[in-house]
Amino acid sequence: MKDELFTIEKNDLLCKGTYLMRLKGDTSRISGPGQFVNIKIEGLYLRRPMSIACYDFEGIDIIYKIVGKGTAEMAAMEPGDTLSCLCPLGNGFDLSQIPKHAILTGGGAGAMPIYQLAKILTDAGMAPHVVIGFNNEEEMFFAEEFKAVGCDLTIATMDGSVGVKGTVVDAMKKLKEEGKNDLAYACVCGPDPMMKAVSEITASGQYDLGGRMACGFGACMGCTIETAKGPARVCKEGPIFRQEDIIW
Amino acid sequence: MVDTRVSLAGVVLDNPIIPASGTFGFGREFSELYDISKLGSISFKGTTKDPRLGNEQPRIADCQAGMLNAVGLQNPGIGAVLMEEIPRLEKVFPKPLIANISGFSEDEFVALAEAMDKVQAVGIIEVNVSCPNVHAGGVNFASDRKETEKITRAVKAVTHKPVFVKLSPNVTDIADMAKGCEAAGADGISLINTLLGMRIDIKRRKPVLANRYGGYSGPGIFPVALRMVDQVRHAVDIPIIGMGGIATVDDVIEMIMAGASAVQIGAANLVDPWTCSRLVDELPERMEELGIESLDEIRGIA
Repeated sequence: MKDELFTIEKNDLLCKGTYLMRLKGDTSRISGPGQFVNIKIEGLYLRRPMSIACYDFEGIDIIYKIVGKGTAEMAAMEPGDTLSCLCPLGNGFDLSQIPKHAILTGGGAGAMPIYQLAKILTDAGMAPHVVIGFNNEEEMFFAEEFKAVGCDLTIATMDGSVGVKGTVVDAMKKLKEEGKNDLAYACVCGPDPMMKAVSEITASGQYDLGGRMACGFGACMGCTIETAKGPARVCKEGPIFRQEDIIW
Repeated sequence: MVDTRVSLAGVVLDNPIIPASGTFGFGREFSELYDISKLGSISFKGTTKDPRLGNEQPRIADCQAGMLNAVGLQNPGIGAVLMEEIPRLEKVFPKPLIANISGFSEDEFVALAEAMDKVQAVGIIEVNVSCPNVHAGGVNFASDRKETEKITRAVKAVTHKPVFVKLSPNVTDIADMAKGCEAAGADGISLINTLLGMRIDIKRRKPVLANRYGGYSGPGIFPVALRMVDQVRHAVDIPIIGMGGIATVDDVIEMIMAGASAVQIGAANLVDPWTCSRLVDELPERMEELGIESLDEIRGIA
């Protein structure tokens, strides 16, 4: 972890209520999808933890929805502005545990870490099935980018405006009924109720738990949860946890 | 060359900069970022007899000029602290440590003090009678002078190490509490712990913290902390470790001018983990700029 100064390259509305911020800076310490950064925002005391949606040699992408003061401040920032980020934080997905035909599923802004994961696994010769869920077509993003990855893709929308009508869980059940995937393993990122629902129909997998944090690097114990292996700091031992270790 | 050394009841520190309990764990995360042996001392994570998971989530809330926490004394318990944490910490920090202990009864405080008394790496025992986030039958020892005196006396009876009592600001008369500690034999006072606070999520119409209330820390409480250190300095003749919202080298100097012998840095570690390292570097430079040759010269001068 370092305190890296990132420069905003773009900060655009991606779809209704959701923004994509591209930050340029040193990404050499990032080890994989699922890690996060803790961003200092002018005028707010605590940093704000944000998943690294995507990273390359030049920078990182962050996808966020305006849910409070911090994200509203972020939406008002301009290209050229700089941000202090503790980067990288936490452990990403353990790629060695993911079988060839895993389900990769994300809901809303949680679809983003799944995008990079899908790309890495597909490039490595795996055949994941991506299931992404949105409220409706208006709030959908990255559908074309996901298609371009080349893996199997199912989109679910709550109102049925695109793809399967319902949640990612409905879409996953359908995949099983149709014999397209046995739901043996899933990598999951999204709101808590969605992740819990996925865990109930999946044999095994990895989940991006997130949560309320202060420091983001293991010092304050603010984010500790109880797991099957004992107390775990989401920021340090996670944010990616194995399904069998999570107590919902 | 300016002199940054300070003495806490006979324990001499190279400098007055000490990370506060609960914001520095047992130093492991910070030792990966910088050489923590440059610090004056370390007040490690508040230790209880048994391991504690702490309070329900959420435990953290942001607020103006600071934060609320209701971690609730999560720690691995005295056994693991003695067997694992202190041996690991003393390898990267070969100076006297401050052992922060917390109990739910007089017996627990006594047992913890007895155990810490035998640890060579421990220079000072800091008795936390004031964690605002934990309620055993509604008891917060620090709000009752008689209880605080009783615990101080009981701890003093089982250790030869200097005992500092960490006081809560959530009392009517902080000077009276400090006098009680001094009368009961305390070697020093640490203050202030966090101020009890609350935030409400207006969309959920519920408190943000699962514990409802939490301790407010950060720059917002600095003026309150400074005032209380000043009041206590005028009330007692034992050394004070001042804390509460310190983030800059000028805050450190202000706190010493108010009467503190050393300072602790809490919330700032969580926002900028290099804060304490920077303060150790900046203090001699700032002293030189201000024409201060030694910290003794300015202690309580204001």
